[in-house]
Amino acid sequence: MAISVQNVCKRFGDFVALEDIALEVPAGSLTALLGPSGSGKSTLLRVIAGLEKADSGDVFIGDIHATPLPAHRRDVGFVFQHYAAFKHMTVAKNIAFGLEIRKRPRAEVAERVDELIKLVQLEGFGDRYPSQLSGGQRQRMALARALAVEPEVLLLDEPFGALDARVRTELRAWLRRLHDEMHVTTVFVTHDQEEAMEVADTVVVMNRGRIVQEGNPQEVYDHPADEFVMHFMGHVNLIGDAYVRPHDVEIRVEPNGTTSPAVVRRVLRLGAQVRVELVVDGGEPVAAALSRDEADRLPLEPGEPVFVRPRRERRFAEPEAEPAKA
Amino acid sequence: MAIALPRTRVTGAAPRGVAPGLAVTYLSLIVLLPMAALAWQTQKGGWSTFVDAVTAPDAAAALKLTLAAALIVAAINAIFGTLIAWVLVRDEFHGKAVVNSLIDLPFALPTIVAGLTLLTLYGPDSPIGLNVTYTRTAVVLALLFETLPFVIRSVQPVLHELDRDMEDAAASLGARGPVIFRRIILPNLLPAVVSGMALAFARAIGEFGSVVMISGNVPFSTEVASVHIFSQVSSDYEAGAAALSVVLLAISLTVLISLSLIQRWSSKHDR
Repeated sequence: MAISVQNVCKRFGDFVALEDIALEVPAGSLTALLGPSGSGKSTLLRVIAGLEKADSGDVFIGDIHATPLPAHRRDVGFVFQHYAAFKHMTVAKNIAFGLEIRKRPRAEVAERVDELIKLVQLEGFGDRYPSQLSGGQRQRMALARALAVEPEVLLLDEPFGALDARVRTELRAWLRRLHDEMHVTTVFVTHDQEEAMEVADTVVVMNRGRIVQEGNPQEVYDHPADEFVMHFMGHVNLIGDAYVRPHDVEIRVEPNGTTSPAVVRRVLRLGAQVRVELVVDGGEPVAAALSRDEADRLPLEPGEPVFVRPRRERRFAEPEAEPAKA
Repeated sequence: MAIALPRTRVTGAAPRGVAPGLAVTYLSLIVLLPMAALAWQTQKGGWSTFVDAVTAPDAAAALKLTLAAALIVAAINAIFGTLIAWVLVRDEFHGKAVVNSLIDLPFALPTIVAGLTLLTLYGPDSPIGLNVTYTRTAVVLALLFETLPFVIRSVQPVLHELDRDMEDAAASLGARGPVIFRRIILPNLLPAVVSGMALAFARAIGEFGSVVMISGNVPFSTEVASVHIFSQVSSDYEAGAAALSVVLLAISLTVLISLSLIQRWSSKHDR
């Protein structure tokens, strides 16, 4: 089911959490709400779920005007950053909760719980309590619990934020596969642009209660709407008034007319990638990212003089009123 | 190369074993020895004396009243203590901090002062025209005053720590407010409510000062166990007093042991 958010505003005291938000989420898509903390992304998700009441504006889920509906009547699956496991219930009871509320026959509940336990790969854990599970297992349980009632839409609030890096990567890939199998309209909140780009079909970038840009991940990365998105989508150098991504910095041994002289300050070998920190003539620090092979062909030692040139750069016509660098 | 570091702590103040020894000795002097003396005093007369003393009509009546009143008080506390804790944690209102600190007043107030206060308010010269002296209602009222903080203070921190996301999760799964309360909040509060009840009960069966003023201490009617013990000591019937005391002691111990079992059971599922 599609989600439509229209003219939604929300304040907490003086703080503007959402300012005139309009968002269309197509049925069956996987959308990431991406932004720094305080950008309003979680609030927007909670407004869609009915866990937060908007000051004004409307939410539609499918054809249903959801604005006046309380959370328990919205048919929305919600997954929380810190799992929100019902810690006094077993895994099976947690998953069965929504079905029991709906007074489904016991045999049907048991069957569905079995199915979901398999789906989230928690076979054999049905009788355990959440405290006996790892973080990743708890989050899979929470996902099964949300999916049990076959919600129209699935909303996830920083679902992998509390997990360690390896489990996070696993669960991202798993969520993507799950979505491809189930096609339930999914919106997830993250502050990690890599996660958004890896998992989502559509990335919606938010800043200070507003949507700054939406599009497919590549589009947003390659054509950021403004300086904020440019910064947020990955590391970037500001050389003069031009923005250059580290992987767009070319390092040469000889000058070729378009290059500027620079000095290598530090070389970081990060497995497949090599990060080089340089100082350009004017004293500006510049970071470059090279592949290992590229790096091996260059004399990259601290103090070594080289020449740099941007392969691709980006200028924004109207600079932001305040300093672009945070 | 890894070098194994010795794990022995060098900053300990006392040689090993001294501190636990001291703690046990202190505990023995203050608590265990008097209790042993009491038990000794009781068994001097033999088992039949003990049974006679406890089943004597006036003693039995006092004991029954005490237990019944303590049970009623524990039950009322369970409901209103939870309610007050809820208001103090979840609601915002002016003067909340004041109310919150007033809760502990019964702990701080000498019980005899509490008794006098109740007597002024609900006695023969009651300014609100409510005289409950010499009734069992007075006993319950005095006990309610004395045990007010127990359930509140045990539920409050648990409610404060309760993961609000659980409630949101339940709502998103289709549960309405009352269902969320019954199936999510209450089960998580229950161990705290029960332990508050147990403490209130244990306190209530031994309460003396606040009850003695307002209940009138009529044997077979409003005389509670502790007052009965006192009157028996006053009339030099120490064996009877000791026997009843041992019964109260046994009940308190049972309650406290069950309490620690409940706490162990409930902490099993935490985190």
